[in-house]
Amino acid sequence: MRLPTFRGGVHPPEKKELSQDSHLSVLPLPERVYVFLANHAGIPAKPVVDVGDRVKTGQLIAESGGFISANLHSPLTGEVKEIAKYFHPTLSKPDDAIVIERSGDDEWELLQPAKSYDQFEPEEIVQRIKDAGIVGLGGAMFPTSVKLSPPKEKKIDLLVINGAECEPYLTIDYRYMLERSEGLVRGVLAIMRALKVKDAIIGIEDNKPKAIERMKEATKSTSIQVKTLKTKYPQGAEKQLIYALTKRKVPSGGLPLDVGVVVDNIGTAYAIYEAVELGHPLVERGVTITGEGIRKPLNVVSRIGVMAEELIGHGGGAQETVERALFGGPMMGITVPKTDVPTVKGTSGITLLLKSEPLEEFPCIRCGKCTFVCPMNLQPFLLNLYGTNRLYDAQVENGLMDCIECGSCSFACPANIDLVKNFKLHKRVYRSLKGGAKK
Amino acid sequence: MKLSMMAAPHLRSEDNVRKIMLDVLIALSPAAVWAVVSFGLKALILILVCTVGAEALDFFVMRFVRHKKTFKPDLSGSVTGLLLALNLSVAVVWWQALIGIFVAIVIAKSVFGGLGKNFFNPALVGRVFLLISFPVQMTTWFSPFDMQTTATPMAILKQGAPRVFSLQEMFLGTIPGSIGEVSALLLLLGFGWLLLRRRVSPFIPIAYVGTVAIMAAIFYAANPGFGSPLYHIFGGGLMLGALFMATDMVTSPMSIKGHLVFGVGCGVVTMIIRLFGGYPEGVSFAILIMNAFVPLIDMGTKPKIFGKPKKVKSNA
Repeated sequence: MRLPTFRGGVHPPEKKELSQDSHLSVLPLPERVYVFLANHAGIPAKPVVDVGDRVKTGQLIAESGGFISANLHSPLTGEVKEIAKYFHPTLSKPDDAIVIERSGDDEWELLQPAKSYDQFEPEEIVQRIKDAGIVGLGGAMFPTSVKLSPPKEKKIDLLVINGAECEPYLTIDYRYMLERSEGLVRGVLAIMRALKVKDAIIGIEDNKPKAIERMKEATKSTSIQVKTLKTKYPQGAEKQLIYALTKRKVPSGGLPLDVGVVVDNIGTAYAIYEAVELGHPLVERGVTITGEGIRKPLNVVSRIGVMAEELIGHGGGAQETVERALFGGPMMGITVPKTDVPTVKGTSGITLLLKSEPLEEFPCIRCGKCTFVCPMNLQPFLLNLYGTNRLYDAQVENGLMDCIECGSCSFACPANIDLVKNFKLHKRVYRSLKGGAKK
Repeated sequence: MKLSMMAAPHLRSEDNVRKIMLDVLIALSPAAVWAVVSFGLKALILILVCTVGAEALDFFVMRFVRHKKTFKPDLSGSVTGLLLALNLSVAVVWWQALIGIFVAIVIAKSVFGGLGKNFFNPALVGRVFLLISFPVQMTTWFSPFDMQTTATPMAILKQGAPRVFSLQEMFLGTIPGSIGEVSALLLLLGFGWLLLRRRVSPFIPIAYVGTVAIMAAIFYAANPGFGSPLYHIFGGGLMLGALFMATDMVTSPMSIKGHLVFGVGCGVVTMIIRLFGGYPEGVSFAILIMNAFVPLIDMGTKPKIFGKPKKVKSNA
């Protein structure tokens, strides 16, 4: 039987073997954490604590700044030391962060009440997710409560849980599926209740047979289905995942809810379980610390806002020939100029890569590889040609804004042209030219 | 630990343009070796002069005329050179071949902006230039091994002479013709290598050869004097053209649909020239003519963007 998938895509080296057998370890608490006000997509949160305040773990320290925004909670018990600018890993520039220094025991301030998900009304679950500051932990950090409050006219009939983990190197979702499957399933059931849907599918790539088996076992007495997907990058991209599982096509410029689907990531579902049934706000998450540049790759549960340097230390430190430190995996991850950069809610991995041969760039020979691999069916070579000639309107007509920035084209290009890098730039240029400037 | 800031993706495929060109050279080597075996030293000289000359000329132009200081030879010149050599009769003299190389590399390729920017297949432009400039040498053919002047299968067909070549001879390559076109078997073998290495899509050759076969079958049914489909497929330059010239990435369309349109177009033009034109052979002209339509074909065969209801309109 042919496994469900999408058209296009690439097969980068998976490298999951580096860290996939490392059990989740809960790290000793850090001395300091740096919690960015921009710890989610949208408007930064507004601090509700002052320097010198004592805070407990899980206490609200900044509140949602608007509709698309999220609450922030203290990841430690201790004292607010300063609110100052630190280098932000995804904005790639210094940004405001609340710095908390640990002192005394780890005392939690929990969200009340904490009880079984089926004793909450659907609206209460959404409210709890909002209160707990839960955002998409797959990397986009979009506030989950917003996703779970679709406009009235959009009928949602399916929840898709993204267990594809198609990004090479990363194994954190895999470990959660193996080791936290029961909580995970309760999280999925909670989201289903919040959305009032009867069906949910967990999609997992076929390179994770143990996770598939474990999740099938854990979902036995529920209506949740576990489906095996072909291993191919970017299988976990929202639109491609929905297509593979349901053959529904999210319209260009549209959202999953336009085809009646909500997609959440494994980590997010688990965080929802913790928020609903344990009363934990989102203050910790799983992170894979991996790459050839790490001496002992591993999967950890760590508090949000810990310095990457500290995580790397738990991985036995970095090799001397490390050339790149990434927040995220190698296909979509972002490099940081130094390792004392704090993690955010969307940090699924820290990947250290060794020095590689500089790439030799050739002219485009129109081989067509980029068009064959593009999961959105775009023509990257053409978009790039328009872009380098500043024909931004022609670029947009040919689907620039449909680009999901997965990097498959750059990966495949035998001329080593930085296609996706150019597209990210061209999108920003186009947006600012049209006046709808976005940071 | 000195960290670099770089753009994603941080993994890249092992592929590069030079490796693609090397694979094309490898794919052409069985036919090239057969050319030397059957046509002798002169064929070897032609192949060496063209291949080395083209690569050297390409390097010279890039480094010293276009001042690309970091340019390293990418083997694309060698591919053009070898293809041109394989498209010549052994009667062509080395300095004539060099003129063809100059036309191919400088006029057909560099003037347009170099690798990837040219509209017409450089090797074919070089060949057609030679055909017009040196019609005698370009159309004097020798039979392999015994080196007797003779007519090619396609010329025999044109002159209405009785058929003297068996299908087996044409398939294996013991017929007169351009030094690299004679053995369909070895060309297919080379193409198999390209397919194996995923360097090429099979759709252009399938559409091209298929169209030739269908048209030949129709005319053959009406009048056997037009030649049988197999005669048309194996008797002339079609295999070399369809497998290695029409599939040139730079000068062919990008999508599968485009490949099919392009292949059919090449087939139709080839057959019109062969059946009704003044030349016995039409592959070079057919591919060059279709090269000119590639931008149009590309525009008409754009893939449908995921999630878009209809084809995107383009006025670009």
